[in-house]
Amino acid sequence: MESATWPDIGRMDDWARGDSPAHRLDARAKAVATLAFIVVVMSFPRREVSALVPFLLYPVVLTSVSRIPIGEIFRKMLVASPFAVFVGMFNPLLDRQPAAVVGTIVISGGWLSFASILLRFVLTVWAALALVGCTGIYRLVAGLERLGLPRVFAVQLLFLYRYLFVIANEGARMKRGVDARAGGKKALTLRVYGSLIGHLLLRSMDRAERVHRAMLARGYEGRVATLDRSRFRADDGFFVFGCLTAFGVARAWNLSAAIGRLVLGAAA
Amino acid sequence: MNAAAVEVRELWHAYPDGTEALRGVSFRIAPGEAVALVGGNGAGKSTLLLHLAGLLIPRRGEVRLGDLRVTRETAAAARRAIGMVFQDPDDQLFMPTVAEDVAFGPLNAGLEPDEAEARVVAALERVGAAHLRDRPPYRLSAGEKRAVALAAALAMSPEILLLDEPSSGLDPRGRRRLIELLREFPHTRIVATHDLELVVEVCSRAIVLDAGRVVADAPAEEALNDEPLMLAHALERPHILRHSHPHG
Repeated sequence: MESATWPDIGRMDDWARGDSPAHRLDARAKAVATLAFIVVVMSFPRREVSALVPFLLYPVVLTSVSRIPIGEIFRKMLVASPFAVFVGMFNPLLDRQPAAVVGTIVISGGWLSFASILLRFVLTVWAALALVGCTGIYRLVAGLERLGLPRVFAVQLLFLYRYLFVIANEGARMKRGVDARAGGKKALTLRVYGSLIGHLLLRSMDRAERVHRAMLARGYEGRVATLDRSRFRADDGFFVFGCLTAFGVARAWNLSAAIGRLVLGAAA
Repeated sequence: MNAAAVEVRELWHAYPDGTEALRGVSFRIAPGEAVALVGGNGAGKSTLLLHLAGLLIPRRGEVRLGDLRVTRETAAAARRAIGMVFQDPDDQLFMPTVAEDVAFGPLNAGLEPDEAEARVVAALERVGAAHLRDRPPYRLSAGEKRAVALAAALAMSPEILLLDEPSSGLDPRGRRRLIELLREFPHTRIVATHDLELVVEVCSRAIVLDAGRVVADAPAEEALNDEPLMLAHALERPHILRHSHPHG
């Protein structure tokens, strides 16, 4: 019922309950590798496209090994894509300098940087979704905390995730209440909308107080302890080492160009 | 597990806005007794429960759980003696999976993960929810949520169970299961509820509150069968008692 009101973020919990070599990796290993991945992808010059392509390998492998349905990943990326499109959409207009030639078509720098932004968006969001999908938000946050994320942030993240559903659901119920009395007219005027959001905020604050009480009642003293007993094994070390090496190599050399030269050279 | 006595003496409570929620409440509950707190909306039931749970500290009057007097210093210890089931399970089930949630209390009490795990298994089995352990709480039905919330309270090995409207939102079958469970528990049980039929089945005694005072404290059937008393305090005589008293 609640997944209908919130774009099925809860599905990621289902993925995380699976079992695969990717699931079995320690959360810290995956977090470090994915963070490194994002940093490296973002570190390329702004018109770079071809050198970024090999990086697709990381999310593709992570997704397929952990058997996360790729269609659902794409759907989630689509939801977030307007942000990336808006960030880059004016580049082709602002930067008309010719930068590359494909056959007889001259491509301007603006189009290249636009493509680069979109590609980076796909790479980073996909990697992050795959990371959460094969780890689960809870193990992930616990792992980040063990890596040194301050506890305040860790607890914040967990609660954000847990109560997203509850609050989204409350919002949906309130909207239904508005619709029920709207008499077929468009009821969500700006004024109604403001009042709705205000009420949602107040309700959320009330709820926060009740949740805090429920935590105190069970002995909460500022520390969220976990049942997680996972250890960092040799496999995790290899995984991190392998990923960092691969990212480093792909950052230092444009592998697409190298393969292109290799193929063309062989053909010549 | 030892059931503990509960004693409240001349307890007063005013909220910051000036509302006097409790005005000199006193009673004593014996170890293992099941007692209902009944009364209309705003009678002071929830405020009283918060005091019993060590979540509000008496400014005037006192609350004793077993040998422990609840003060700011002893509040943490008081909470360990208590298992509280809140009215809205969504307030209580905040961890990502059922097992993690039930383990929350035991881990806070300083148990090792292995011991906590054993408690989780036992508590979930006790309420018939062992199969839910890896599910995220927001995906559960109302009845399942209530069962898990109950398990979360049981996992703390409390001496006293406090339940705030435990049957609200449950379908008849879920409510029936809850009643059977509550009847079997050896703990001292205090149930704040409007579900008077549940009171008749679960509780041996009823404390009737109105406007922050105890207006009746009697065996449950006797109090609930007293039609003038019930009507005077926003309650009614439950049907279950009408049927068992054909002359009533």
